[in-house]
Amino acid sequence: MKEILNYFQEIFSAIRSLTTGMKVTGKYFAINAFTDKQVFTQKYPENRKELKMFDAFRGEVIMTHNENNEHRCNGCGICELNCPNGSIEIIAKKENNEDGKAIRAIDQHVYQLAMCTFCGLCIKACPSNALDWGQDFEHAVFDRSKLTKVLNQPGSKIQKDIKE
Amino acid sequence: MNFSFYDFTGFTQSIDQALKASMSPFWAVTIELVLVGVSILAFYALLGLFLVYWERKVCAMMQNRLGPNRVGPRGFLQTIADLIKLLLKELIFIKNADKLLFNIAPFIVIIASFMAIAAIPFAKGLHAMDFDIGIFYILAVSSLGVVGILIGGWSSNNKYSLIGAMRSGAQIVSYELSVGLTLLSVVVLAGTMQLSEIVESQRDAWWIMKGHIPVWIAFVIFLIASTAETNRGPFDLAEAESELTAGFHTEYSGIKFAFFFLAEYMNMFIVASMATTVFLGGWMPLHFWGLTGFNEIMDFIPPFIWFFAKVFFVIFVMMWFKWTFPRLRIDQLLQLEWKYLLPLSLVNLLIIAFIAMMGWHF
Amino acid sequence: MIENREILLNDPNSERYLVNMGPQHPSTHGVLRLVVGIKGETVDSVQPHCGYIHRGIEKMCEHITYPQIIHLTDRMDYLSAHQNNHAVCLAVENALGVQVPERVQYIRTIMDELSRIASHQLWWATFGMDLGALTTFFYGLRDREKILDIFEESTGSRFLQSYYTPGGLMKDIHPDFQKHVKEFLVYFRKLLPEYDQLLTGNVIYRARSINMGLLSKEDAINYGVTGPSGRGSGFSCDVRKHKPYGVYHKAEFNEILRTEGDVHARYMVHMDEMRESMKIIEQLIDNIPAGDFIAKMKPVIKLPAGEYWQSVETARGELGVYIVSDGNKNPYRMKFRSPNLSNLGVLEKLSIGHKIADLIAIGGSMDYIIPDIDR
Repeated sequence: MKEILNYFQEIFSAIRSLTTGMKVTGKYFAINAFTDKQVFTQKYPENRKELKMFDAFRGEVIMTHNENNEHRCNGCGICELNCPNGSIEIIAKKENNEDGKAIRAIDQHVYQLAMCTFCGLCIKACPSNALDWGQDFEHAVFDRSKLTKVLNQPGSKIQKDIKE
Repeated sequence: MNFSFYDFTGFTQSIDQALKASMSPFWAVTIELVLVGVSILAFYALLGLFLVYWERKVCAMMQNRLGPNRVGPRGFLQTIADLIKLLLKELIFIKNADKLLFNIAPFIVIIASFMAIAAIPFAKGLHAMDFDIGIFYILAVSSLGVVGILIGGWSSNNKYSLIGAMRSGAQIVSYELSVGLTLLSVVVLAGTMQLSEIVESQRDAWWIMKGHIPVWIAFVIFLIASTAETNRGPFDLAEAESELTAGFHTEYSGIKFAFFFLAEYMNMFIVASMATTVFLGGWMPLHFWGLTGFNEIMDFIPPFIWFFAKVFFVIFVMMWFKWTFPRLRIDQLLQLEWKYLLPLSLVNLLIIAFIAMMGWHF
Repeated sequence: MIENREILLNDPNSERYLVNMGPQHPSTHGVLRLVVGIKGETVDSVQPHCGYIHRGIEKMCEHITYPQIIHLTDRMDYLSAHQNNHAVCLAVENALGVQVPERVQYIRTIMDELSRIASHQLWWATFGMDLGALTTFFYGLRDREKILDIFEESTGSRFLQSYYTPGGLMKDIHPDFQKHVKEFLVYFRKLLPEYDQLLTGNVIYRARSINMGLLSKEDAINYGVTGPSGRGSGFSCDVRKHKPYGVYHKAEFNEILRTEGDVHARYMVHMDEMRESMKIIEQLIDNIPAGDFIAKMKPVIKLPAGEYWQSVETARGELGVYIVSDGNKNPYRMKFRSPNLSNLGVLEKLSIGHKIADLIAIGGSMDYIIPDIDR
C-alpha cells in the first residue's frame, strides 16, 4: 500500500515541479504576447540612431585631431613598441621646423585593424596622448585592405605644444 | 439550436450532385478526388508554414525575444522566405547511403501525415472521409510515419542518424499504446469510433466536462503521449540536438529536410486535432447546461473557428512543454511510458468502462 | 583506450562502435573532439582529442613583455578574463614586490566576482541547453548581459576586457560603477529564484542529474579537478579561501562544498556560488577606498631572475601562472596551469557506463572552455 501511495506521490510532485517551470515561461509569454516590456533583444539596424556606446567603449584606435586638423603625434614610436601584435607601424619623415632645424615627424601612422586585439596598450603608453578609442564598431568591409588605416588625416600637422 | 448555414453537408452535396449531373460518374469522382486532394494539399502547406512561424513566435515570447520580425509585417512571411530558400538548396547526396531508401523516406513521413488529415472533421460535413472506424484509421496511419524515420535514419549511413532513428522507433512503438488506450476511453463513453459521431455525442457538453476525472486523466496522458509520438518537446530524442546534432535527419538537406520538418508540425496538428475531436468537442461550441443564453451566443461562432481555436490551444500547450522542459533520456522515456503512463491509462480505461456501464457519465 | 579501438577494428562483429563527437558538434561548446566508444546507447570509452584551438599562447608569451601578456590570457578562458588577468598581474607584482593600491585590489576583487557570476550564468544557460531545455539559454544570457554592460561601461569591452595591468588597472572605474553594480545585485536576486523554478526543481532535470557522473573526492584530488566540479565532490580547493589574494580576506563568504559528487552537486555548487559572489560584492562595493588606480611602475617591467607561481580561482577552478624569468623584459618560460585541462582528464572516468545523453550532461556540468584546454 505504501508503495502505491509513493507512486502517486511521485507523480503529483513531478506534475507540480513541471507546472512551476511552465509558470515561468507562461508568465513571460503572457507579458510578451501583448507588450514588448520583457523583450531583451535589440533591433539592431533600426536602433542605430539611438545606439550609443559607452564612453570607454573600445571600437578602434583613432588619432585625435583638433579643429585645425592638428594631431598630437610626434612619431616617437612608443605605441609601435607597445603593440603586442605589430598592428601599428609608424612611417616617419624628416621635416623642417620654424627654426629651419630638421626634426622627425610623422608621415603615416599605419594601423591595421585586422590585427588589433584592442588591448589598449598603445593608447595607455602614448606620452603625448595622441591616440584614443573610437566608438565606431561597424568594421565589416568587403576588402581586407580597407582594414589597414592611416590614422593621421591627410594634410594634418602636429600641434605646436607637442615636443619633439 | 442549430445554424444551418454553418453546415457544410449541403454545400458538399450540391457540388457532388452538380458534378454527377453534368458528367459520367467516373469523371465526377475523379474531379472530386482532385478537388479534395488539392484543397488538402494547399491547406497542408499553408498550415505547416503558419505553424512554423507560430512556434517561432511563441518560443521567442517565452524566451524574451522578438522572434521573426524582418520579412513581412511582424515577420509573417519569414517561413515563406525560408521555404523558398529550402526549395533552392542543393539536395546533397550522401556517399554510401542507400539511394532509394534515402530518397523515399521523407515521402513516407509526409504521406503518413497527409493521409491522417483526410479523416479529421473540421466542421459539420467538412471532412474528406468519414470512416466508421475513424479513430482506428488515424492511429494506424499516423504511426506509419515512424517507418519513414527509421528508413531515413538507417539509410543515411550516419551513426547519429541511426541512433536517432532507433530511438524514435522504440519511442513510438511504446507511446502508441498510451495514445490508443486513452482514445479508447472516449470511444467507450461515446460508443462509436466514427469521428463525426464522437463530435456529435458532445453536442450538449464536451467529453472532458462530461466524463468526470478519469477523462481528465486520459486527456493529460493523451497530451503527454502524443507529444512523445510526434517526436517533440521534452521527447525529441530522435533529433536530440545536443546529443545527435539533428538525429535522423542529420544528412538531409533542402526540400527533403523541409518534408521532415513540415511533417513534424503537421503531426502536431493531427494529434492536436485528435485531442480536440475526442476530448474537447471537436467543432462543437462551448456549452454549459442550463445557460441557454450563453449557449446561443456561443452557437453564433462558426464551428471551424471553434475547431481551430481548440486545436491551436492544444498545439500551444505542446509548444509550452517543449520550450520549458529539459529532454528526457531514452531509458527514462521508456520508463515513463511503461511504468507510469501505460498502467495509469489501463486502470483509467477500466474505470471509464465501469462509468460507462453504470451510465454515470452525463 | 587505444587497445579497445584495435579490438573494434579487428572484430567486425563487435557491437561496439565509435562515434566522433566534435570538433563540430552542438554541445561540445567549442572545438573539443571526443571519440566515444558506444555499445548500443551506453558509453564505454571517451577519448578527448585536444588541440583544435591551440594557439601557442605559452610560447607567444616568451616573446612579448609582461603588460602585453595580459591580453593573451583573456583569450584562454574567455569567460573568466578578469581572473586570468589577475593571475598574471599578481605574479608580476609579487615578483617585483610592488604594493598595489587598495582601491585596485577592491576593484579587482569585485570585477572577479562579477565575472564569476557572469560565467556561472552562461554555464547555467548552456547546461540547460545541453539537457534540452532551450529556454534556459536566453534567461541566462539575459541576466549576463547586465554584467557585461557594467564591464563595458568601466573597461570598454564586454568580453575580453584586458582591464588589469601589472601594478593596477588600465583605467579607473566609471563613476556610476557602484550604482550599477548595486542595481544589478537587486535585479539578479529577484531573478535567481526563476532559475530554480525553471530547472533546479524540474523532475526531468533531477532525473537527468542526480547520481550521474559520480566523482569521488579521491578521484577529484588525484586528477586535480578544481573549481565547482572539485567542490561538488567535497574537495576543498577554493584558492580564495586557502591562499587569499585581492581583498578576499576582508569579505565574509563560504566555500561551497557538497559531498555527492554528481552532476546535480556540481550544478548546485554553481548556483550557490553565484549567491556567495553576490554576498562578496555586497560587502565590498560600498567600501572601495579612494586612491590611485595604478601603482607607480617602471616603464619597462623586468622581473628578477627566478621562478614565480601564482594561482587564482577562476570560475572553473584553480588557474596557476608559472613564470621563469631570466631577468629580461619577457619571460623565459611561461606556463599556465589551466583548470579545464585537468577537469577534462576525468571525463572518461565519469561517463563510462552512462548513456550518450549523460555524457553530454556530464560534460556540460564540468563546464569546459575549450580554448582554456588548448591554450
